[in-house]
Amino acid sequence: MDGARAAAVEEAGCWDEALMAAALLAVDPAGLGGVVLRCGPGAVRDAWLGHFQHLNGGEAPRRVPAHVSDGRLLGGLDLAATLRTGRPVTEHGILAAADGGMLMLCMAERLTAAAAARITSVLDTGEVVLERDGLAERRPTRFGVIALDEGADADEHPPPALGERLALHLDLSGLGGRVLEARCGVSRADIPSARQRLGTVRAPQATVDALCETAAALGIGSARAASMALRAARAAAALGGRAEVADEDVILAARLVLAPRATRVPAPPQPEPERAEDAAPAEEDPRPSAAEGRDAESLDRQPPETPPQALPERTVAATLAVLPPGLLAQLQGQLAGATRARTSGGRGGAPQRGQLRGRPIGVLAREPTRGARLHVIETLRAAAPWQRLRRAQSGARATRVLVRKQDFRVTRFKQRTQTTAVFVVDASGSAALHRLGEAKGAVELILAECYVRRDRVALIGFSGRGAQILLPPTRSLLRAKRSLAGLPGGGGTPLASGLDAARGLADAVRRRGETPLVILLTDGQANVGRNGKGGRPAAEADALQAARLLRADRTAAVLVDTARQPRPLTAQLAREMGARYLPLPRADAGALAATVRSFAQAQAHTSRVVP
Amino acid sequence: MAFPFSAIVGQEETKLALLVAATDPLIGGVLLFGDRGTGKSTAIRALAQLLPPMRAVAKCRYGCDPDDAAALCQECRARRRKGALRSVRVAVPVVDLPLGATEDRIVGALDLERALAGGQRAFEPGLLARANRGFLYVDEVNLLEDHLVDLLLDVAASGENIVERDGLSVRHPARFVLIGSGNPEEGELRPQLLDRFGLSVDIRTPEDLPTRIEVVKRRDEFERDPQAFRAKWDKADAQLRRQITAARGRLKRVSAPQEVLEKAARLCMAIGTDGLRGELTLTRAARALAAFEGAAAVEATHLRRMAAPALRHRLRRNPLEEAGSGTRIERAIGELFGA
Repeated sequence: MDGARAAAVEEAGCWDEALMAAALLAVDPAGLGGVVLRCGPGAVRDAWLGHFQHLNGGEAPRRVPAHVSDGRLLGGLDLAATLRTGRPVTEHGILAAADGGMLMLCMAERLTAAAAARITSVLDTGEVVLERDGLAERRPTRFGVIALDEGADADEHPPPALGERLALHLDLSGLGGRVLEARCGVSRADIPSARQRLGTVRAPQATVDALCETAAALGIGSARAASMALRAARAAAALGGRAEVADEDVILAARLVLAPRATRVPAPPQPEPERAEDAAPAEEDPRPSAAEGRDAESLDRQPPETPPQALPERTVAATLAVLPPGLLAQLQGQLAGATRARTSGGRGGAPQRGQLRGRPIGVLAREPTRGARLHVIETLRAAAPWQRLRRAQSGARATRVLVRKQDFRVTRFKQRTQTTAVFVVDASGSAALHRLGEAKGAVELILAECYVRRDRVALIGFSGRGAQILLPPTRSLLRAKRSLAGLPGGGGTPLASGLDAARGLADAVRRRGETPLVILLTDGQANVGRNGKGGRPAAEADALQAARLLRADRTAAVLVDTARQPRPLTAQLAREMGARYLPLPRADAGALAATVRSFAQAQAHTSRVVP
Repeated sequence: MAFPFSAIVGQEETKLALLVAATDPLIGGVLLFGDRGTGKSTAIRALAQLLPPMRAVAKCRYGCDPDDAAALCQECRARRRKGALRSVRVAVPVVDLPLGATEDRIVGALDLERALAGGQRAFEPGLLARANRGFLYVDEVNLLEDHLVDLLLDVAASGENIVERDGLSVRHPARFVLIGSGNPEEGELRPQLLDRFGLSVDIRTPEDLPTRIEVVKRRDEFERDPQAFRAKWDKADAQLRRQITAARGRLKRVSAPQEVLEKAARLCMAIGTDGLRGELTLTRAARALAAFEGAAAVEATHLRRMAAPALRHRLRRNPLEEAGSGTRIERAIGELFGA
């Protein structure tokens, strides 16, 4: 009973704060950059968006799909108008058209880093620089962004470069689909006057200090975060009719802007040795304080009742109170060095067009049939010199461009089949990390190879009861290295689970049009079956079956046997997988790297020119 | 309006690398790689306002230098045969290469408008032409398509853009300092490209609180009233501008004593850089720094300060080593120069 009441109070507090965030965004959309709204589609999200739109003057934001093309985003040649008028006509892109309004990125977690970078550069400079299709233009544009984040798991997020520039990060996914009554005290009429006041709101030095200190205490690296928080505090003061940023504005801004960016829990004011020593109590330790803090905060928006505390401390405390308990536990775990690197913003799915289609290597004079892509600008260029002649011939006085069949140009792509190396690493007690350390030389060489060829790498670890994707496919070696370093070890050897996870990931890689290469590092001592239960015979049977499934998919694989005394069963496993078998005592790092290289070269031969 | 260069808090190595490249454009480009929100773009846009203006041939599409006969474009050569070249003072171009730019706009292509309307075959210069004698800035250079990066580096190295397309055959001078920035978490740059950049800066977020507070404070002050903020820093910026002009004039006269050259060579050998490019860049950068600081000769301290930006991206990289190349260079310097 009590628990349910507390949960309801907490939800109401969360919703309250979300509505407050909407009001702040309405006051200063371009200054705050926008909001990342993490929430599946549904009533809660619609309610928030509706509320914001109402406050913001009723204008609907411009929707942008995740697979938006450069031409639509930035602008380009307006083909119809160009053909009609006989001179190049620019078509403005979405970013230019959004000037003065809001942009809504649908499924922002599937947005590519490249598309996000185009948007962020416009957010930074306040203008669209168009250098495309023979057009060169600059257009000023200022807008706010609503990034709808429908990421299903903790790894799916909008590109970090985008999230970084949007001040407000709201997570409404915990609200359970029940729309709560709007209790935010801000009405639509308050917004215009707040906007007017915004320019004159002063921020005392103490408020800047408090926000910077809070950001530092929460381990937020980017200097942008504190600047964003300061703008949010100003917006809050303007909304409250104040000429100067007050402490409550600072606390609200810290909770809305800084808390979601926290990467660590600040050291407690009084040293508590057992907290630093032992990771286990950390999980339940922050919970009571967080719940208490939230209760106090949401019931009445008064600053906490301990006046002697200075503003920075109060800000840190108030910010901590809104961190979800789960996050705290997770961050505490990271402090203990137990989990993977924090920046694992892997995005699945959304194929990068440029990569999938290979790199454009010029044009070909051909009709755009069989799915070939017409290169409009080159076609027009081919047609251009003949215009005078053709007009004379056809006798037409029209100014429209006369394009003939022989003018058609299509883009040629060179498609290099990209390789993604999926490392499947046995982190069980039997494989022991020191053995893995010996394999590390080989892994390093492979990674260096991948680096040179710009291959992508992914990392799966298995130990204890199951397997886990530690790093989704990435080209960042930095992250691969960090995940490997942070690999937790110990426990049983659920080899079958590891192989199943590898098969799933290999399949995802293939669906992106890339070629997976599975590199399994294990001592082969499977002792945990698929069902998570111990027992060597069943576990070995499961592993062999998983290996056969991998071979059925025709996934290229290498098995590196890390056991001190290689066992025949491991070699058999390699055969069942259709994998190259490399027992580590004999396979030096060089031999392993050579194997991987020859595989990649075989792949390179499959590069082809696609018209 | 850009943030004043002198008002940038911290980021000493970034500022140093940019000023050295402004002093001697032949350094070969600057790569700024590092954390988000550290003001990489801010520094470059600030540099654009800092650079002293230059003289250029009036109406030249490539901004040719009237005093450098060897580097004139074909059009200016024709103009000169007809009489003396008229020159005007212009700002040094700092050209942004936006992501999503197409190849035709980068290298230049057939002028579509004139071709469609008048049937004329005319060349419309691209971004490389606009960047001639200035800077070309690519933000998120690691997200730029590989073939475009190749193209940029190739032109940057040769100083000439050769266009053979659309029935056009044009070559024009394109000498520019390439500045690339990016975040390694979005993907690394190919190692083959890394050492094509002269200097490379590893940008880290400032850790100490007073610096961070100052960053936010100045940013806020600038956003509130850009004009007043600029006025406040005008004097410092003007001083830097004069220093750059003076350094350029002094550059050729700065001597590099034998023992300094030897030290540079020994440093490169100690840390094992591939090829001679590291050594050449290191001495060149040290000379530019000496000129910038008004020294008559390159000294060991100049080498020492330029060693990390000139060499860190040329080391054989071990992708798994977290310590980074900076520490390796530090260690070698400590051994060679005596702590």
